[in-house]
Amino acid sequence: MLKTIAEINDKIKKGEAVVVTAEEIIDITKKKGLAKVAEEVDVVTTGTFGPMCSSGAYFNIGHTKPKIKLGGGRVYLNDVPAYTGLAAVDIFLGATALPDDDPRNKIYPGEFRYGGGHVIEELVAGKDVRLTATAYGTDCYPKRKLESWVNLKDINEAVLFNVRNAYQNYNVAVNLSNRILYTYMGVLKPDLGNANYSSAGQLSPLLNDPFYKTIGIGTRIFLGGGIGYVAWHGTQHNPNVLRGDNGVPRRPAGTLAVIGDLKQMKPQWLVGTSFLGYGCTITVGIGVPIPILSEEILRYTLVTDADIFAPVVDYSEGYPQRKPDILAEVSYAELKSGSIKVQGKEVPTASLSSYPKAIEIANILKDWIKRGEFFLTEPVAPLPGVESGIIFKALEERPILEL
Amino acid sequence: MTVSKRIVLHFPPRIVDQPIVYRLVKDFDLQFNILKASVTPGREGILVMELTGGQRNYDQGIKYLTDTGVKIQALSQDVVRNEARCTHCGACITLCPTNAFSLEPGTRRVLFDHAKCVVCELCIKACPPRAMELYF
Repeated sequence: MLKTIAEINDKIKKGEAVVVTAEEIIDITKKKGLAKVAEEVDVVTTGTFGPMCSSGAYFNIGHTKPKIKLGGGRVYLNDVPAYTGLAAVDIFLGATALPDDDPRNKIYPGEFRYGGGHVIEELVAGKDVRLTATAYGTDCYPKRKLESWVNLKDINEAVLFNVRNAYQNYNVAVNLSNRILYTYMGVLKPDLGNANYSSAGQLSPLLNDPFYKTIGIGTRIFLGGGIGYVAWHGTQHNPNVLRGDNGVPRRPAGTLAVIGDLKQMKPQWLVGTSFLGYGCTITVGIGVPIPILSEEILRYTLVTDADIFAPVVDYSEGYPQRKPDILAEVSYAELKSGSIKVQGKEVPTASLSSYPKAIEIANILKDWIKRGEFFLTEPVAPLPGVESGIIFKALEERPILEL
Repeated sequence: MTVSKRIVLHFPPRIVDQPIVYRLVKDFDLQFNILKASVTPGREGILVMELTGGQRNYDQGIKYLTDTGVKIQALSQDVVRNEARCTHCGACITLCPTNAFSLEPGTRRVLFDHAKCVVCELCIKACPPRAMELYF
């Protein structure tokens, strides 16, 4: 029994598609059996809602009169600097960008209350944002200074373009030192005081398609409350990691680069986020539909939290010093029980990725498909898989010697 | 009838050196449990405490405090969760020293129990979407 995406889209059009979430599919298949469910169910929806730093948006703000060449100049949105190394009025704003006058960690731990992610959230919420810019002036672009309110609805293009999102599995962060640590994995209490993890586990997109059999370049997805697409594999995409018998990576592995029109997204799914002592970022909502084309693809979506293992990593020494040491491997079922055992100690756990929001995303995507508002796409090209031979490189520094 | 309330006391600088809590015990037979204190001679002091006793004594004790010049607030007003900003991630759960946060079984939504909060403010800056807010 094999289905095609075209057949599934036909059923979506007729309002007959059977769509369930990656959580619901587990019990359904337990009751009905693999063969029957592979026949009956057309789409399994996944979801994840977590902080994703390699995110940002590009904008074409429109030409002023007289014209200004922002390229090579300086641009700020609500005092947060945007990248200007593009044509006259194209700019890129990264989620982790900070105002020049933010004290960073000079007053430790820095609060990082407002950054690029917060600007993106405010723009999506329809708020006016203060654009200030200076340029060097040319014959064809004489204007040298610009201060104006801008609003998402008035600018030409506003495109969310995240170069690394939706990590397929991630580290569990702990602290073996005797002082408190402020990290991108949250506040880590000394002497194994807590353990923070960040994955939707059994609902997470790439954990339900561990070998990228359906998710590829061009896959239409839920992105930030609107519709987006998988643009490429994400940076640091690393399919060649240790995997379990079920094919699921036991280390951080695949990633997605995603893109979509910011104008149709919603602020509750793109939330400006602050990590004490670390920096600013954005929490992004992503949902990916998995077409149940075969029993094999269905089997992958049956993965449960008990079948997914993550490495426990020390963020006082192991992580910053790039040591390969792993303190333990724990399942997401253990992580979600409220505590794990590391070096004989009971360590309370907390999540940075929101499971209730991941469920909400999977359900919204399910409703869109059921209502015939969202159709599946055939990938244009696959993501690099285990066979790609990708090696995750570190930077081996070559000192630049002064002459 | 016994009452037990968590309150925030603001002492103006001129009475910071007076034995006010002692009088609450001695004159009004009230029990106290200090949750947080910041009292420096010559400056405004803040005392967060749980005050327990008979209703009549409690009311008289509060009147005594007010007459002395102490400003009183209910503690529950101090740290509140901005429900619209909370993403229910759970980063706060292991940081709270009094376990005021917990996960609702099944939904895994984060519950905030006001009654357990001692306004230590640890969660405020540690909350990634900054959903915990301090109100004075």
